[in-house]
Amino acid sequence: MSVGTLLRKIIGGECCENQNHTGTGLPKVLIVGSPNVGKSVLFNRLTGRYVTVSNYPGTTVEVSRGRSKVLEGRFEVVDTPGMYSLSAITDEERVACRLLLNEPAQAVLHVIDAKNIERMLGVTLQLIEAGLPVILVLNMADEVRRLGIRIDTRRLGELLHIPVVETVATTGEGIGELAVEIGEVQPAAGQKVDYSGELEQAITEVAEQLDEAGGISRRTRALLLLQEDSSDIEKLIGTQDAIRTEAVRAVVSAGRGRLEHSPHYYATLATKREADRILSRALSLPAPGMPNFREKLSRLCMHPLTGIPLLLLVLYFGLYKFVGEFGAGTVVGFLEDTVFGKGINPWVNRAAEAVIPWQTLRELFAGQYGIITLGVRYAVAIILPIVGTFFVAFSILEDSGYLPRLAMLIDRVFKKIGLNGRAVIPIVLGFGCDTMATMVTRTLETRRERVIASFLLALAIPCSAQLGVILGLLAGHPYALLVWAGAVATIFLLAGLLAARLLPGRGPSFYMELPPLRLPKLTNVAVKTYTRIVWYFREVLPLFILASVFIWVGRVTGIFDLLVRGLEPVVNLIGLPDGAAVAFLFGFFRRDYGAAGLYDLQKAGALSGVQLAVAAITLTLFLPCIAQFLMMKKERGWKLTLLTSTGILVLAFVVGFVANAILNGLGAQL
Amino acid sequence: MINSLIEEALEHLYACEVEDATYPEEESILAAMGEASSAGLVEFRDGRYRLTRDGQAAGGDVVRRHRLAERLLSDVLAVAGEHMPEDACRFEHVLQHGLDDKICILLGHPSTCPHGKPIPRGKCCRKARGDRIEEISLLCDGKPGAKGVVAYLTTRDDREVQKLMAMGILPGSPIQLIRRFPSYVFQVGYSQFTVDRPLAAVIYVHWESENPPQDQKKG
Repeated sequence: MSVGTLLRKIIGGECCENQNHTGTGLPKVLIVGSPNVGKSVLFNRLTGRYVTVSNYPGTTVEVSRGRSKVLEGRFEVVDTPGMYSLSAITDEERVACRLLLNEPAQAVLHVIDAKNIERMLGVTLQLIEAGLPVILVLNMADEVRRLGIRIDTRRLGELLHIPVVETVATTGEGIGELAVEIGEVQPAAGQKVDYSGELEQAITEVAEQLDEAGGISRRTRALLLLQEDSSDIEKLIGTQDAIRTEAVRAVVSAGRGRLEHSPHYYATLATKREADRILSRALSLPAPGMPNFREKLSRLCMHPLTGIPLLLLVLYFGLYKFVGEFGAGTVVGFLEDTVFGKGINPWVNRAAEAVIPWQTLRELFAGQYGIITLGVRYAVAIILPIVGTFFVAFSILEDSGYLPRLAMLIDRVFKKIGLNGRAVIPIVLGFGCDTMATMVTRTLETRRERVIASFLLALAIPCSAQLGVILGLLAGHPYALLVWAGAVATIFLLAGLLAARLLPGRGPSFYMELPPLRLPKLTNVAVKTYTRIVWYFREVLPLFILASVFIWVGRVTGIFDLLVRGLEPVVNLIGLPDGAAVAFLFGFFRRDYGAAGLYDLQKAGALSGVQLAVAAITLTLFLPCIAQFLMMKKERGWKLTLLTSTGILVLAFVVGFVANAILNGLGAQL
Repeated sequence: MINSLIEEALEHLYACEVEDATYPEEESILAAMGEASSAGLVEFRDGRYRLTRDGQAAGGDVVRRHRLAERLLSDVLAVAGEHMPEDACRFEHVLQHGLDDKICILLGHPSTCPHGKPIPRGKCCRKARGDRIEEISLLCDGKPGAKGVVAYLTTRDDREVQKLMAMGILPGSPIQLIRRFPSYVFQVGYSQFTVDRPLAAVIYVHWESENPPQDQKKG
């Protein structure tokens, strides 16, 4: 058993929000559609489960499955990452396409943002042509009504020959009707799109070579083959016969050779033409009005002169005031001093003394490093309030639609470090939890970007727990805080610049939808924060306890003292007292744990301003916590994870050493 | 009627005399000067051939056709690499009888060739400027607030095409530019998108002639 699986067994549960219920044997209902149209909200409605939803594209990075709550639980509902068309660009898009091609479904719900029906109906036509049992779900019908757009749903259904349902997934409107349609839907008769010209001819020729197989129409498979979409070529061709396969390949490449542009280009033009023709009989658009308040605010967010002050305001109130002062100050203070300091810890210590006669075993639960007095205390009194308030702030930001605007504002800077604006979402999330953020790097387009992003997350983005403790640590030393922030930001940019230089591959390209600014819904913010905290605790609390156990074992056997003594010279080298070695050793188990260790040291008044700054810098850059390490292994593989970790370990101490030398050389008093 | 040899010579002389203030050395160029001289396009003064008034017009015209051809080849037909100069040379002699103006309009009256050299203005350019008639130019060159229709995409990269189409950017789609900095923001239908310069620099837009911001009727 590998270390990873072992740890995961101990931790109890997967490192992600979604359990897989594959193999329930129930007929499947697939939810597909463009990013940010509300697929996950609909999934939650249909199953009564909860997966994270946000107001920006690319929230869902995994396939979620759940038994339907409606229709007497007769179906398995499958939520998929967004896809813009049948031919995929990013990994997450490929997931949805592959599901469509490989998993026979009772119903395929094509969810669209109804106000953008003109842009999205093309994919519906492709799904119909594929012969899938499609139901068109016109979601966000409330926004459509508000904009004065009129869609004749009945007419549209007649024209497309499929069920069309209007819904407002966030309120539940139309879900009942949708459930009825899911029970009754039949595979679409497969009306053809006329692609015209060379593409039409090529499709016809390729389709003639194919057998009926797998429930996907021959025309669709022919088109996908021509688009060179696929690692699934065998599957698309639908025969095991090598000679036949070669013959098909030959026809495909001949057909492709006759086309000037990519088949995708012609196909999209043709479906768009067909969609326009259909919509001319079922859609009426109002005259556009003046930019309203939302639009004006949106533009202020994107103008550098107003956008940057707005960003600073968001950071000041969201991060500093709410997470820093309220979460890490008020709430932590209350829990730490009153609840644990005066209530739980003395009680546990007394109880342990009364119940457990052996000193050694008593120390496992109580005392300075006990599971309850240290492990649970750190998790509940320090980490929970900070992470909790961060997730509240982040959920509000997400649901407002602010993040894509921030991405737009910051793209040019991120390009320099090998990323694009899109990476702003994992990076900002990293300030909450780097482990979660490492998982979200999946939304980035190229492997190169994903590698750079997970490296930077591991190196220079302090998670909220760590951030809270560091802010507390440096609270009385504003200049030390400034030095720390400056140093970490510089390292972030320098490491990014270097990584962008060193890593081969093409530079990133930035494109992103800017969803309308929306007022966050309180219930969604609450539910989302709750889900994230639950996820966080399923992952964190066991590690805290595990760390306590490790430390106990280490102390009892003497290994702990040995390691601390080994670390002391290294710690001294960067100008810190011996006591800091304990904090760094804890840092191996969790970064924030390490920071929290320093917190105790600082409270005892054992550190000067310079020492605090150096310690904070080194700990911020220090190795990722165990959870992030494992997530990185899962996403990037062993080789890269070990390489990155070693690099980070060395870098952290080198930077700490240099910072210490400079600060002392200048005779700085922080 | 001047033949292509004289056209080449005039083109060269124009580039040297008018643009770079130098004098061509090549034998082949000077050899054609006699004929150009008898057509009244150049005159021999102070030991040098100089363009006459007619010669300047004719030379500028050839340069214009050559550089328009380069634009056409590189932007629309997506021809690149070593063959481009030769192709452009052959093309410039074909673009006669107002064909150059038609291509100029199609390309949106470009002001420079792909190498950054200026394209002499034609009649169509002056007219376009005077009438403020519809122009085709890159999305990234548009004014914030300007509306238009996507004319064509000039990219050879399938992935780029795919991204653009996913955003609903197809020839014929109405589009409005909202911001140019720090990234490009535009609206298609009821959605807004943001892209970086490389993506914005492959979208040619047929701009509406007038864009009064208070115009309510046009979509």
